Amino acid sequence: MTLQINGKQVELPDNVNSVKKLLLHYKLESRIAVVELNKEIVKKEEYEKRKLVNGDTLEIVHFIGGG
Amino acid sequence: MLKIADRTFRSRLLLGTGKYPSFEIQKEAVSVSEAEILTFAVRRMNIFEEGQPNFLEQLDLEKYTLLPNTAGANTAEEAVRIAKLAKASGLCDMVKVEIIGDARSLLPDPVETLKASEILLEEGFIVLPYTSDDVVLARRLEELGVHAVMPGASPIGSGRGIINPLNLQFIIEQSKVPVIVDAGIGSPKDVAHAMEIGADGVLLNTAVSGAKNPVKMAEAVKYALQAGRLGYEAGRIEEKDYAVASSPTTGMIGS
Repeated sequence: MTLQINGKQVELPDNVNSVKKLLLHYKLESRIAVVELNKEIVKKEEYEKRKLVNGDTLEIVHFIGGG
Repeated sequence: MLKIADRTFRSRLLLGTGKYPSFEIQKEAVSVSEAEILTFAVRRMNIFEEGQPNFLEQLDLEKYTLLPNTAGANTAEEAVRIAKLAKASGLCDMVKVEIIGDARSLLPDPVETLKASEILLEEGFIVLPYTSDDVVLARRLEELGVHAVMPGASPIGSGRGIINPLNLQFIIEQSKVPVIVDAGIGSPKDVAHAMEIGADGVLLNTAVSGAKNPVKMAEAVKYALQAGRLGYEAGRIEEKDYAVASSPTTGMIGS
């Protein structure tokens, strides 16, 4: 499956088919992060049921230092 | 006490979290400053490299209020998107609206700032817009219902201090919501200056993070803020053109 994540095109195994599995895949499950799928914010409680399909665009963002 | 919306804070200092020499120095500076509100930026996570340390994840989030900014936005639409992403973390409902309208001076875009503030207020955010020191704009923002106005002292990171104290004074006089002087603060002197003219708080970042000794500077700005505030409350003397002797002018020896 091909996804666009944070501006980068990535090839992922087909079993990485939900937001939850994607976060596990990148070992981000315990990080403070927010996920946007096709420009729509995914709530934490929906990580498991939000399925990913070929061509989806994701943004995974977090807080960094800033003024 | 600084009161923003329904929250009260013991410290009137809002501290930025960018550009510190190390996390260790940053942690100590934040702690010494006694600031309770910390600003952050929202950015893409570097998910392709594992185990990158993150300052916020090392913070005791019970102790601090997060104030994410919308830096990076050039339009109201982009700012709203960033604000919503920040809020979706479940860690904050305050936002510093920061929409840059000029790449060189980093001065805010007043039209987009007004637009974004209106949308974010409707969405239920606690809205703190970073604005220029324009008196009418500050009033228009307050009329919208923003929870504080944050006029810049001078361009972001310039360290030039308050370049238009008269405008700031006008903004402070007219505002019923807190006025937090944001951006351009260079030194403790500038912090004291802002507080002496009646600002409710000061937001700074580079003045501390870029100092040779950020921890010491964090302490210095804390005291400057307290001194300036006390001076404001005490009520300073009027300026005069000529000398007025402090010692009695009668009973001079040898007269």
